[in-house]
Amino acid sequence: MPIKSESTLRVVLYEGDGAAPLDDSFAAMTALLERGYAVTRTTSGGSVAPQTRGSLLVLGKFSDGRAPLAESATADVSVRFHDIAGQDAAGITALVEKERDTTGAAKHGEWKPWFPVIDYDRCTNCMQCLSFCLFGVYGVDDESRIQVQNNDNCKTNCPACSRVCPEAAIMFPKYKAGPINGDLVSSADLQREKMKIDISALLGGDVYSMLRARSEKAQSRFSKERDEGKALAERQKCLVKLAAAGDIPAEVLMSLPSPEEIARRAEEAKAKAAAALAAQRTP
Amino acid sequence: MPKILYCHCQYAQVVPKDVKETVLRKLCESGVAFDAVADLCEMAARRDPALAQLSASGEVKIAACFPRAVKGLFHQCGADLAADKTEVLNMRTLRAEEVVARLAAEDLRVNIPMKGGTIAE
Repeated sequence: MPIKSESTLRVVLYEGDGAAPLDDSFAAMTALLERGYAVTRTTSGGSVAPQTRGSLLVLGKFSDGRAPLAESATADVSVRFHDIAGQDAAGITALVEKERDTTGAAKHGEWKPWFPVIDYDRCTNCMQCLSFCLFGVYGVDDESRIQVQNNDNCKTNCPACSRVCPEAAIMFPKYKAGPINGDLVSSADLQREKMKIDISALLGGDVYSMLRARSEKAQSRFSKERDEGKALAERQKCLVKLAAAGDIPAEVLMSLPSPEEIARRAEEAKAKAAAALAAQRTP
Repeated sequence: MPKILYCHCQYAQVVPKDVKETVLRKLCESGVAFDAVADLCEMAARRDPALAQLSASGEVKIAACFPRAVKGLFHQCGADLAADKTEVLNMRTLRAEEVVARLAAEDLRVNIPMKGGTIAE
C-alpha cells in the first residue's frame, strides 16, 4: 500500500487539567519518537495543532486513577484514553504498539523517507528531472507543473536527479551536503550548475546508453566466456565510475533493471516530460 | 506564544544526536505544550494532514533542519507555511542552546526563504 494511503496513530502525552505531570516525559517522548510516532505534549498552557483525521491515543496520569471515557471529537477522529500511572517508557511504548495493532495504523520505520523536495522558488519547470528519473517519482499536476508524486519509489540515498537540475532546485533534506540538503544555494553552486553537472556528460554520453552499452558488453562477454564473475566485475567497474561521479549508491546502480527495461522507462519518462512541456506552451 | 514543532529526524543521522536530545529534554522540562514528530520527511511523504493543521494555525517555531528544506516539505504536503508566521531553527547547524533559547523566546524571527532569496551571500 502506498504510504500516502496509510492512516497513522498520534499519541498525546496529557499533562493538563485533571492529570498529574508525567514522571519522565522525556524518556517516554524519546521512546515513542524512536518508534516513529508523532507525539503531542499538552499542558494547561499553550496550544498544539488539532487532529482532524485518524486515531488519537491520549495517555496521562489521570487524577482519579481512571482514564476518561473515549469520545470522538469528530466522526473522522477516533480517540482513546489510557492511564499510564506507574508505567515506564518501555511500558508506555508497549501499550502504544498494542494500540497501533488494534487500530491498523501504519507501522513506521519500514521505509527510510528519502525523496526529492522541489524548491519552487528556483524551479523553472524544465522537466529535466521528470525526463531523467527511471522510477516514476516525478509527475505533473493539472497545470503541468512538476511535482513529486511517488515519494516511496525513490531509491534510498540516491541524489542523482538533483545533479541534473540546472537550477539547484531539487533538495534531499537528509543528504549530507549543501545545497542538496536544503542549505542556501551559493553563487559558486550556481556556477557549477550552469556548467550543468550532468553525469551523462561526465561519462561522455547519455548515461542510459552508456549503461546499456556496458551491460551489453558484459553480457556478450558472459556469453562468450561463460564467466559470470567477470561479467559482474566489468559491470561493477563501470558503475563505480558512475557512482563516484554522481554520488549514487552502488547498490542503486547494481539494482537497475535490464537494459531493455531501462530504455523503455527512459523513453516513457522523456515522453511524459515532452507532453508536459508541450502543455505548458499551449495557451 | 507561537506553537512549537520539534522534528526528531529519526531516519537519518544528519542532526547531531546531542543537539536533538538537549532540545527535546529542555522542551519536556519547560512545561510548554508542543508537537513532536519522529520525522518531518516521513510525514510530508504521507501527506499527513497534521502538517496542514499546523501551518494553518498561526505563528509557529519549527526545530528541524534547513528552512529551505522545511518550506519545501510543507509545500509538498499541500500545507504552505506562512512566511510572516514561521521561524525555522536549524538543528543541523545551530547549537542546542541557541535552539532552546529561540524556542523559549516570545518573539518570532521569521526566516523561511522568499522567492529569489535563496542565494547565500
